[in-house]
Amino acid sequence: MYVAVKGGEQAIASAHRWLADRRRGDRDRPELEVDQIGDQLRLAVDRVMSEASLYDPELAALAFKQASGDLTEAVFLLRAYRTTLPRLAVSEPLDTASMRIERRISATYKDIPGGQILGPTYDYTHRLLDFLQLAGAEVPPAETRDDVTDAEPCPQILELLNDEGLVEQEIDDGSEPTDITRDPPDYPMDRAARLQMLARGDEGYLLALGYSTQRGYGRNHPFAGEIRLGQVEVEIHVDEWDETICVGEIALSECQMINQFGGSREAAPQFTRGYGLAFGHNERKTMAMALVDRALRAEELDEPIIGPAQQAEFVLAHADSVDAAGFVSHLKLPHYVDFQSELDLLRRLRREHAARQAELDSARDTASPQPKER
Amino acid sequence: MDGYNFAYLDEQTKRMIHRALLKAVAIPGYQVPFGGREMPMPYGWGTGGVQLTASILGADDILKVIDQGADDTTNAVSIRHFFQRVAGVETTTATTAADVIQTRHRIPETPLRAGQILVFQVPIPEPLRFIEPSEQETRLMHALEEYGVMHVKLYEDIARYGHIATTYAYPVKVDGRYVMDPSPIPKFDNPKLDGNPALMLFGAGREKRLYAIPPYTPVESLDFEDHPFEIQRWEHSCALCGSDRSYLDEVITDDKGGRMFVCSDTDYCQTRRGDVA
Repeated sequence: MYVAVKGGEQAIASAHRWLADRRRGDRDRPELEVDQIGDQLRLAVDRVMSEASLYDPELAALAFKQASGDLTEAVFLLRAYRTTLPRLAVSEPLDTASMRIERRISATYKDIPGGQILGPTYDYTHRLLDFLQLAGAEVPPAETRDDVTDAEPCPQILELLNDEGLVEQEIDDGSEPTDITRDPPDYPMDRAARLQMLARGDEGYLLALGYSTQRGYGRNHPFAGEIRLGQVEVEIHVDEWDETICVGEIALSECQMINQFGGSREAAPQFTRGYGLAFGHNERKTMAMALVDRALRAEELDEPIIGPAQQAEFVLAHADSVDAAGFVSHLKLPHYVDFQSELDLLRRLRREHAARQAELDSARDTASPQPKER
Repeated sequence: MDGYNFAYLDEQTKRMIHRALLKAVAIPGYQVPFGGREMPMPYGWGTGGVQLTASILGADDILKVIDQGADDTTNAVSIRHFFQRVAGVETTTATTAADVIQTRHRIPETPLRAGQILVFQVPIPEPLRFIEPSEQETRLMHALEEYGVMHVKLYEDIARYGHIATTYAYPVKVDGRYVMDPSPIPKFDNPKLDGNPALMLFGAGREKRLYAIPPYTPVESLDFEDHPFEIQRWEHSCALCGSDRSYLDEVITDDKGGRMFVCSDTDYCQTRRGDVA
C-alpha cells in the first residue's frame, strides 16, 4: 500500500550531517584552517571574492572551506552573506594609476616607464608536476631588493598613447552609475552597468566568450596594453571632513586592452579600449572581461553584431554563476505536477495517433488487393 | 535568529518590495522590476517567492508552504524551516488556517478566502520569452499589447498536434490587459485564478520581477472559439480519498507497470480522509 511520501524533514537533516562529516574528512589529520586557505590557496580566495563581489579574504576562505572547495558554491555562500550587509558608505572612485604594483606588464611596448614587472606569475612556468611537493620539500624564500622604492611612478600605458590622441579617451561625465546589486537589470544597459555585471560574472563563461571573439565571432583585434596587479587604497568621504579618508587597501587586477580603430567621417581613427577589473589576483578573468567588454561595445561603435559575445542581453543575462547554477540545479526539485500534465497530453496524442494509424491501415486493406505471394 | 532582521530581509529591502507590490496590485498582471536580493537558497528554488513572503509576513501570520501541492516535499520543508528560523512564525499545513501560503506549481484545491495571500514562486515570469528571447522586445510587446504571436504559437500547436500542447504555465490574460505567465501550475489550476477572493502575488527572484492578481480580478486562459480552453481530466479517482475533482499525481508502485493515482494536494486529501496531521 502506498503511503504519501513523508520524512523529507528527517532526510534533509541527515543529508546535511553526512555532508558535514564528509567535509571534515579523516579525523586523524588536522582540520584545514581558514587562515591556511587564505594563505596557500590565495587564487581560489580571490576568485570567490571577485564573483561574490565582496572583498573579505577571511570570509571568502571560510566559504571555500565550507563549500569543500566548490568555487561556485563558495561564491554563492559569500554572495548570500553580502546581501545582508548594510551600506555604510560609498568609496571615492579607485585610482588604479597609483597602485602599489606587484606585477605589471605590457604586450605593446618593450620598455615602459616604471618597467615591466613579472611578479608572482604562473606565466613561463613549465607545467610539469612538481613531485617534490608531494614529499613536502622546503620552498626557499623569494628574493627581495632594497633599491626599489614604492614611489617610482608607474603611469598607465594607455595614458601614454593618450598624449598623441591615438586611443579613445574615457571621460568621467560625473553621473551616478547604476548599482546592479540594488537595481534590477534594465536593457539596453549602459557600460557602467555592463562592467559591473562582467566583474562578478563567471570566469569560465567570460573566458569562453572572450575566446570566441578571438576565433572570429566578433573579432576586435586586441592587444594587452597593460595588465597590472597590486594594492590600491580605498578612500571615502566623510561628512564634516574636508579631505577623503583612506579606510584600507585592496588587491586588484586590472587589464586595459587596446583594440582596433573606430573612427567615422567626423572622428579621426583611434584605438578603442576594452576594460577588465577584478579583486585580488585574477588576471585571466580581467583579460576575458576586457575582451567581452569590447565586444559588447559593438553597437556603440557601429560594428556588425555577428558573434554571441556581442549580444548584450545574451551575454549579461547568463554571466552570473549564482543565477545560472541556481536555475540549472532547480531541475533537481520535484516536477511531479508538470510532468504529470505532459504525460497526460503525450498519452492522449499517442492514442489519437494510434487511432489514425488504425484507420489508415484498414482503409488501405480494403482499398488495395492483397499482394500476391511469390 | 541572532544577527538577522525579522524574516531575514532588512526593512529597507522590504519597503522597496512593498512599493513594487503596490504597483503590481495597481496594474494587475504587469511585471514590475524590483531590486531582487540574493537569498540564502539557490535561484530557481523559490527565492522570488521567499522574498515576497519575507516582506509581507507579520509576526502573527500563520504560514503554509507547499511544493507540488504537498507540504512535505523537501523544498517546501526547507522553506518552511527557513521562516520558522528567521521569523519564528507559526506554520500550518491546513489551507484554511493559513494567512500566507507560499506555493510552487499548484493552487490548493480548497477554495481560498478573502484576506489570504497566495505567493507563487516563478522561474520565468515572461510569457513571451520562448517566442521572443529579448527582454527589450517583450517589454515593448506588452506595452503595445502586441500579443498576436502568442495566439500564433497556440494555433501552431493545434495545427501540429490537434491540441494546444501547453499543459502547464498556460498563458492567461489578466483583467483584459496583460498576458501573464501563471508560473508552472498545471492548466488544471488556471480557472482558480479567475475572480479568486485571495490576493495572488508572483515573485521571480533571478529575473527580478514581481506581479500580482488582486482579489476578484477576471483572469482568462487564452484559447480559440473552436478550441476552447479545457483542463486535464482523469479516468481515475484518488486512490486514498476518492476525490474525482482534484489534480492527481501518478505513483509507480512496482516494476510491473503497476501505478496508482493520488491527490497532489496533501492537505486536501488528508482532510477528506479525516486524518489531518
